[in-house]
Amino acid sequence: MSKDKKSNGKQKQIDVEFWLAVYKQMVKIREFEEKVNELYLSAIMPGLAHLYSGQEAIAVGVCQALNNDDYITSTHRGHGHCLAKGASVDRMFAELLGKVDGYCRGKGGSMHIADPDTGNLGANAIVGGSAGIATGAAFSAKQLGNGRVAVCFFGEGALAQGLFYETMNMAQLWKLPVIYVCENNMYNEYTHYSESTAGELVDRAKAFNIHTEIVDGQNIKEVYEISQKLVERGRNGEGPSFLQADTYRYYGHHVGDINRAYYRSKKEEEEWKSNKDPLMLLEKWLLELGVVNQNIFEEINKDVIKEIEAGVEFAINSPYPDLDEVDQHVYS
Amino acid sequence: MSTVKQEFRELTFGQAINEAISEEMRRDPTVFVIGEDVAEAGTPFKVLSGLVEEFGTDRVIDSPISEPGITGLGVGAAMTGMRPIIDIMFGDFITLTMDQMVNQAAKIHYMSGGKWKVPMVLRTTMGATRRSAAQHSQSLHAWFSHIPGLKVVVPSTPYDAKGLMKTAIRDDNPVAIFEDKLMYSTIKGHVPAEEYTIPFGVADIKREGSDITIIATSSMVHIALDAAIKLEEFDLNVEVIDPRTTLPLDKETMIDSVKKTSRAIVIDEGYDQYGVTAEIASMIADGAFYYLDAPVKRMGAMNVPIPFSPVLEDLTVPTIETVVEKVKSLCGKD
Repeated sequence: MSKDKKSNGKQKQIDVEFWLAVYKQMVKIREFEEKVNELYLSAIMPGLAHLYSGQEAIAVGVCQALNNDDYITSTHRGHGHCLAKGASVDRMFAELLGKVDGYCRGKGGSMHIADPDTGNLGANAIVGGSAGIATGAAFSAKQLGNGRVAVCFFGEGALAQGLFYETMNMAQLWKLPVIYVCENNMYNEYTHYSESTAGELVDRAKAFNIHTEIVDGQNIKEVYEISQKLVERGRNGEGPSFLQADTYRYYGHHVGDINRAYYRSKKEEEEWKSNKDPLMLLEKWLLELGVVNQNIFEEINKDVIKEIEAGVEFAINSPYPDLDEVDQHVYS
Repeated sequence: MSTVKQEFRELTFGQAINEAISEEMRRDPTVFVIGEDVAEAGTPFKVLSGLVEEFGTDRVIDSPISEPGITGLGVGAAMTGMRPIIDIMFGDFITLTMDQMVNQAAKIHYMSGGKWKVPMVLRTTMGATRRSAAQHSQSLHAWFSHIPGLKVVVPSTPYDAKGLMKTAIRDDNPVAIFEDKLMYSTIKGHVPAEEYTIPFGVADIKREGSDITIIATSSMVHIALDAAIKLEEFDLNVEVIDPRTTLPLDKETMIDSVKKTSRAIVIDEGYDQYGVTAEIASMIADGAFYYLDAPVKRMGAMNVPIPFSPVLEDLTVPTIETVVEKVKSLCGKD
């Protein structure tokens, strides 16, 4: 259901509450990732993490078009997808710290957050590894007739994996309700995608006659509107679709990738941050419509920071799993 | 087996598998089969003949030639309410499914802290001497047996094949079943008409004996049983044990047998190096060391790509003759 209503075909009235909730969700992801980086730099978090900062409009725009019981699969850069699908920051942080209150009892970590309660089939640390899982979830939805759709989030680098071509072929053959969301942040880890990609990204899906769309991944409004359309197609039995969302990764490939001038310039990073920031663009749009004032964004930011601080505290205070958990859950 | 007297009913190995899958598909509407040429063709070995006629193309699905794709689709379908049976035509092709089986199916339950389950069956073949050469003849079940989170089944008789297949389909974990393709029509045996299942991790004593224990899997069970008959001539009384599943492994039954006989040979058609025989031999050495009168011997496939030429291929796998010689030598009868 669209949140924007047209009145008299002229002035567009928007659901301000909805867009402010969307804004809050995006801020939550931004602030979550800032905190993750801090936890890494201060050696509180074990291991590494791949930050989603800069790409927030895609996860939030797509997930706003989904129901709670629709499915998603996520990636190694997955915190944003999990939060956008409804995960809470406290249990996310607990998972990142390897604590028992984490979504996976601390056994999955940053790259494997999964949560059946929000339809999150799991983040996946094998690039492109979840194409089969998302397509299989869509297969189930069709077989069981439960009206659900599955979204497969992945980066442009994953399109170099053969599994995508096998699963897109089957999805189109059997009209499965799956949406392949390609987040083109332009870098396959430390390599610009132009060095690894022959032809155009969307042409890969077009080869299977899959419905494709390209969207400005920094513009939440566009992402949300197109996602609604694609979700509806899926639910109506019109089969899979492929959404290319162009975006930018503010941090390096992971938190430890700090000196990255050899593969991209500071200037490029600054241009994206100052001209195409998804939070800034949403603020600007709402201010231009005259439906909010600047204070509201500051209040939301304050609220979110409080939630983040409380989440980190929860995670730090959460116990580690009992040692006898090490060989539990190998088999069900 | 039930103690109630049952009427003898003979099925081939392939028929028993077909019956198990058909019964489970009737019992549970979420079970479906997907693979290359599984529907009208009923697989190249005709093991699934008749299924598509009964259950339709929605549940017996001919797939593109995409082993990783159908395995991945199976993982996702299994997580979301279905019970897929993924048909991988030749065991050699499991190499193509490795990421989906090893990094996805096997780990999802653990990685999610026990929240997601992957109730999926991958059935495939094994076995040489069909003159199919190096890419259609291997027995690669040891690969999956290495991985925590998977279960691996290697049935040897129609009775076991049916009972283990039904257990696999009902299991909430990913299970791989390796069927020796030479047994589909050649191995026949009693399969009761009554409902039964066979638990995983329970070895079966296929023949009782007192002088030596042969632990054998899949078609090697029949080689061992035939060798045992020949060895009677030499006053050797051979016990034959079939683990039936290589993961989980019934250590107790095998160790108890070797404690009784004091000698053991392990036979499996996987490659000799780093294989199932090595695992079982080490387990026996550990569990029955003070009872052994001789070192535990292993017989597997020769460590070469399976050659095409029949005279060469026949050299690569254990035979009745090589088993007889090995047993005689181990028992001081050579």
